[in-house]
Amino acid sequence: MAEFIDIYLLPGLWILGKVLLIVVPLLLAVAYAIYFDRKIWAAIQLRRGPNVVGPWGLLQSFADGLKLLLKETIVPSGANKGVFIIAPVLMFVVAFVAWAVIPFDDGLVLSNLNVGVLYLFAISSLGVYGIIMSGWASNSRYAFLGAMRSAAQMVSYEVSIGFVIVTVLLCVGSLNLSDVVMAQEGLWFFIPLFPVFIIFFISALAETNRAPFDLPEAEAELVAGYQVEYSSLTFALFWLGEYTAVLLMCAMTTTLFFGGWLSPFDNFLFNWIPGMEAFNAFMPGLVWFLLKTFFFFFVFSWIKASVPRYRYDQLMRLGWKVFLPLSLVAVIVTAGVLVAFDMLPNAS
Amino acid sequence: MSRISQVAKTIFLWEFVIAMKLTLKYFFKPKLTINYPYEKGPLSPRFRGELALRRYDNGEERCIACKLCEAICPAQAITIEAEEREDGSRRTTKYDIDMVKCIYCGFCQEACPVDAIVEGPNFEFATETREELYYDKAKLLANGDRWEQEIAANIVADAPYR
Repeated sequence: MAEFIDIYLLPGLWILGKVLLIVVPLLLAVAYAIYFDRKIWAAIQLRRGPNVVGPWGLLQSFADGLKLLLKETIVPSGANKGVFIIAPVLMFVVAFVAWAVIPFDDGLVLSNLNVGVLYLFAISSLGVYGIIMSGWASNSRYAFLGAMRSAAQMVSYEVSIGFVIVTVLLCVGSLNLSDVVMAQEGLWFFIPLFPVFIIFFISALAETNRAPFDLPEAEAELVAGYQVEYSSLTFALFWLGEYTAVLLMCAMTTTLFFGGWLSPFDNFLFNWIPGMEAFNAFMPGLVWFLLKTFFFFFVFSWIKASVPRYRYDQLMRLGWKVFLPLSLVAVIVTAGVLVAFDMLPNAS
Repeated sequence: MSRISQVAKTIFLWEFVIAMKLTLKYFFKPKLTINYPYEKGPLSPRFRGELALRRYDNGEERCIACKLCEAICPAQAITIEAEEREDGSRRTTKYDIDMVKCIYCGFCQEACPVDAIVEGPNFEFATETREELYYDKAKLLANGDRWEQEIAANIVADAPYR
């Protein structure tokens, strides 16, 4: 019995505690991400955004969440009940489990997997199942159309994201996300790999179904796409899952191209300033990571407020005829340059 | 040449960059929205809002029951009954306006020879039941007492244009 406690129970509880330490702040972050999202669109459209619930409307997300919680979950009569309920849960869970391998700071990571990038890639692809299942189980043509669009879109852009990640991995020589960050000391990858970064960012927009690639939701045509039959908590789960995925993509951009937790002032441009060394040592890496992630979230919202929605054929053309060849070329060119100048990272 | 620049613009997402610059400029502009319940937009002195019956300064009600407003009302929202009062003057015993029927055209105000029935500046009189919108004489006179200052100022402000 004592053996059971020592080997399974205590480590299990310890891991559970660490999971909670990530999930609870993440849920809060998502609530405020939704709030900031609305505020940013509002500001760009010269509106005020939510400003009534709590000071400056800071409690708006919680009011919305409470409202959704207290409502009735309506399951359409023609729906496949089991799948209908599981779909949003799947979306939500998948969006959250991906955070296990994101390094928030040096060593501050739930699971320091040596194949973290592959894990992330696999998990972020699973999100499409939630959408497909919801569209199918809803037994509604709008939901189904939204789900079909979403599936095609996510599959298309996943390919170019994959090649972009391969390009980054070529420069790192490791699949561990902490190694990816450490390899960027001195020079963040978005400088040498700028075109690749642009491809990644645009594909990330498509992957998370954000404007201008929000065809699956397409309020004006499909009402809300795959979510159209959902209400109450199931709808809230979709909403949370979606924003968690958006935050995940921001965190991935930060980790892969913008040096994760590394200080932006720790390079040759700033190191001559007296006191900069001490400042860099003083600031915890977590702060830089969060700031960078928030910046990319701002860019996501900024883009959403700026651009119109793509037409479906334009979306497919961009994915298959532009990004796929470009990212393939990027892989070849990067690999070629690394070999030609003998800059291959040491495989450890 | 223009074709080359066109291609270059496409590759460097030029239009997109310009759009983002524009929206960022708007992001820092002051907001246009009025913070409504706490902040209100300007109203013209001619604004036709909630109806009210006015009094003279000595407290005597202005209405002389000529029924011109009742006659002109296109929606037939006004019902008036009149009788001789003890002092011999002609006064209304009943002055009802169905605010559900009222179309806020302002004809009653135009028709009134003594400026008794007026449309005030109040537009926030939504109610929870329909019955509350069947205004009787007491309600209309109360409105007049409540909004007299604003109504009087509006009439003065609009006088040069009549």
